[in-house]
Formats: sequence, C-alpha cells, structure tokens
Amino acid sequence: MRNMWIICRRELSSYFASPIAWLLLAMYSIIFGWIFWNFLAEFIKQSQDMMMMGQTQPMNVNEQIIRPLLGTSSFLGLFMIPLISMRLFAEEKRNGTIELLATSPVRDIEIIIGKWFSATLLYCWIIIFACINFVFLFRYGNPDWKPMLVTLLGVFLQGAALLAVGTFISTLTKNQIIAAAMTFGACLLLWVFSWVSSYDSSTWAQVFSYLSVITHFDTFDRGVLSTKDAIYYLSVIFVGLFFTARSMESLRWRS
Amino acid sequence: MITVTDLTKKYARTTAVDHISFSVSKGDIVGFLGPNGAGKTTTMRMLTCFLPPTEGKATVAGFDVFEQSMEVRRRIGYLPESPPLYLEMETIEYLRFVGRLKGLSGADLEKRVAYVLDRCAIADVKTRLLSKLSKGYRQRVGLAQAIIHNPDVLILDEPTAGLDPKQINETRDLIKSLAGDHTIILSTHILPEVEQTCESVIIINKGKLVATDSVHNLQARARGAESVLVNVGVRSGEFPLSIVRDRLQRISGVSGTTLKEEFPGGALFEIESSRGQLVRGDLARAIVESGWDLNELRPSAMSLEEVFLQLTGSDAAASSNTPPEPGPPADAPASEANA
Repeated sequence: MRNMWIICRRELSSYFASPIAWLLLAMYSIIFGWIFWNFLAEFIKQSQDMMMMGQTQPMNVNEQIIRPLLGTSSFLGLFMIPLISMRLFAEEKRNGTIELLATSPVRDIEIIIGKWFSATLLYCWIIIFACINFVFLFRYGNPDWKPMLVTLLGVFLQGAALLAVGTFISTLTKNQIIAAAMTFGACLLLWVFSWVSSYDSSTWAQVFSYLSVITHFDTFDRGVLSTKDAIYYLSVIFVGLFFTARSMESLRWRS
Repeated sequence: MITVTDLTKKYARTTAVDHISFSVSKGDIVGFLGPNGAGKTTTMRMLTCFLPPTEGKATVAGFDVFEQSMEVRRRIGYLPESPPLYLEMETIEYLRFVGRLKGLSGADLEKRVAYVLDRCAIADVKTRLLSKLSKGYRQRVGLAQAIIHNPDVLILDEPTAGLDPKQINETRDLIKSLAGDHTIILSTHILPEVEQTCESVIIINKGKLVATDSVHNLQARARGAESVLVNVGVRSGEFPLSIVRDRLQRISGVSGTTLKEEFPGGALFEIESSRGQLVRGDLARAIVESGWDLNELRPSAMSLEEVFLQLTGSDAAASSNTPPEPGPPADAPASEANA
C-alpha cells in the first residue's frame, strides 16, 4: 500500500513536471468551456423563445445542459486517455528506469496499480477542473445534483477502465507514440462495438454490445446508479491490470 | 556473500549465460570481465532479480534470488549500464524517491540522502534537474541511488562507460572508497580499470566462465615466472653480445636469458628468474661493474590485457609478438580490449 502510494505520487509529479498534464488540463478546459457555452447559449435562447411565445413547457438544466455535456466529455475522454496512459511503462522502458523499479523491493502489482491509479487521478482531476463551469448553473439555476454526480461517476469509471487498457498497452512497447495509437484504436473499438446492436440482435451482437464501454455508460448518463454496469467497468479494470501484470512478468523472462 | 552455482540463462535461440559458478566473499571488490556480449549484463540482471535464471541458482547474503527475491532486493544496490534516472526530477527529489522505494522513511531517509549527496559529491547539484546534469554527474547520481539504502552488495554495470578520463578516475576512486562497507561486483570491458580497482577478477567469454582469481595471481599465472627486461649498451666499439649474456646468466637466481632485440651498441634481454624481482639489484651491479651501460631495467609485468586475450583465446598469437607494455597505462580510456 505504501509502495503503491510512493509510485503514484512520483507519477503524478512527473505528469505535472512534463507539460503533458498542464497541456491536457488547458485543452480540455477550453474545449469543455466552449461546449458548455454553446449548450448554455442555446438553452437561454430556447427559454427566451418560449417566454415570447407564451409557452410554459418545463425547461430542465439537468437534461439540457449537464447530461449532454457530460456525455460529450466521456467521448472527449477517448482522445485524452491514450495521451495519459502512453508514457506509463513505455517511457520507463526507454529510459531504463524500469530496471530500477523491477529491482527494488516492490512487488510488480504495486508498481502497476500505483501507475494506473496516478493516471486515473489525473483524468478525474482534469474533468473535475472542467466541471467548475457547473458552479454557474448552481448559482443562477436550480439543477439536481444527484443525477449529475452519478453521471460524473460513470465518466470516471469509464476513464479508469480505458486507462487500465492503456496501461496494459503501454507495457508492450518502448515507443510512446505507438502506445498512444494502439490505445486510441482499442478505445475506439470498445466504443463502436455497441453499434452492432442497432441492426442485429443475435447472441453475438449482444456479446459485442455488452463489451462496449458506451452501452454501460448509458445508464449512468441517465443518472441511474446501476451495480451491473459498475461491475462491467470494474471487471475491465481488473482484466486490464491483470494483463499488465502478465506482460510485466514476460518482460522479465524475455529482456 | 554471493554464491552462484551453475547459473544459466537461455533465450529463445541463444544461451546468454552457460552454467557459470563463482562466489564472492564479504567486503570483496570483484571485477566482472568479458568482451561485449559475453553475458556480463545478463548475469548481473539475474543477481539483481531483474531476470529469473533458466537453470541453476544464485544466492545473495544467503537468500535465493528467485525464491526470496524481496529479501535479496533489499540487500542489493544496482547501477545498470545507463543510470536509471527520471530526467524530469531534481537530484534530491529523485534520491528521496529511490530511498522511499527501498523502504526508508522519515529522519532515516533524510539522513541517508544527505549522506549520499556528500559521499558522491553531488551536493552542489541537489536542486538541479537531472536532465541538466553532465554525464559524470549522472553517473554519480546513479551510484548515489545504488547505495542509498546502505546495501550489503553493490552491483555496478560498466560504471565508467562513456565518461571522460577525469570522470573515470573520480568514479573509480569513489567505487574504491565504497569497498570497505559493501561487497562490490563491477563489470567492465576496460582492463586497466580492473587492475586499478579490483582485488579479484571473474572472466567470462561467450557466456562461459573462463577464469576466476585474484588480479595478482592471474598475472602471475599467465606469465609463469617473474621476468625482468634489461637494456645493456656500450659507449664505443663492438657490443660483446655473448660475453654479456654469459655474465647475466651467471648471476645467481637467473634461470634464463632471452635476447629480445639487438641494436647497434646494445641489446635488450629478458631475464627470467626464480627469485622474482629481487634479482634486479644483482643485475644492475653486475652490468655496471663489468663496465657496460645499464640503459634500462624494468619488470616485464604482463598487463591484464594480455592475460585476458590469452584466456579468452582471441588474438593471443598477435599480442605475444608485440613487446610487453611497461605495466598498465596510467590513464588509458582508449586502451579498451579490442576483443
């Protein structure tokens, strides 16, 4: 536990020492802010239109701003995740620092969880930072915070799961760009698996649909806390980290 | 302290290390010598628990490197071929991280960090980014991280590779000064380094153990008897070659004289003696008393380089034709083995 935290802390400080964390933080905040602004402007225009026409249809901040915004942010995560996870092991392999870690009195699994957790923390931090925008909604409106937190949890879980996949891929190569490209491909694939369900309902289609990260995000997106879907994400994390451990072991036997 | 029995590492197609056995006792400083690709790094990686051995076993401080890996890792400091530095960190921050990783904390950690900063002479760069440090400093930071947890055993893989002559001397001195507290294995393919720093040598070639002995014994073993080179000359007239040889032959303890080289007004002899280097005084006196000039008198110590070439079998014939060097060159980064 202590070793995990030592590794995690070093990783985090390394993210912020190299410009990657700041870069992602800045880019994500700008893009998220821009989208927020657009949703908000549309929301205001709609409500003004309705007032002018004298309609009294209920407007909902949760449904019209927060939910689509967080849905988009889970999609944006797809681009961000490879950039976060690519360096985890690839950089250590290239610099030879993996030899330091692998010969220190630390178990492989502690190294792996420490690294994955630092990536997840960074990912969550970037999203929370962007969500500062919501403060305005709470200040001038009256949104329901419970479904928002559930959706946010979904975004975090999805990120953590894809980062576990990225951690595994990062152990496969010394080259960060290759790690990023492969992770991006894997994330995208896990994303589009769900498309099969729109025209097919055979067992195979259901299996693929189940494997897709987006299928399980839907319930969180609606603000429903579902154990079944949380378990899916937790098992992806487990499988990802399990394969990372196997890959690191094979690294020892081969290199 | 270290016992290696039949250690073997096989890769898919090649055998990098082939049944080598040796042992190193506490406080020793041992040179691990071999041409590039001999299996030095692989052996070291097995000792440091980075690679599991295919066959055989190795123990460090009584713990098996495979079965009791964590115990071994706590007792080993390892400097890989390129120092494992996180370039985006500051020196002191990096040392603290490694210290924590090795199980230090609190006041203990700060004490050890201060100690290694001082010991490795890197205190003046402690707040510098590692990426900004010169090669020599990086190497010393690498050594500092290896000794931070005061390990029983230090394993250094080519600690002087790529340094300039001044840095090489500084690093060697540092390693020698560490010898008292730690058992050290250092690998190198630079022979003068072993002669200068190590007490004993383990020579491997193509994954196989070739020799393991003290530096002194190895030199003696390859040379056979001790021998001395004498350059005798006359001021004028013909050089009385046979008379000189007879005179030298008659000195007690001399078992053989070989004419190495003849030139106008002088000659170079190699004198073999059972009395070792003690014969030199008698030689000098005999030559001077006979009225000849003693131009040069030096031990024909065989450098480890020649021993090495002889043992590894490469270019042995070529090197025995050239006259032996007058001992190891004082500072010779260029005199790497061409093996």
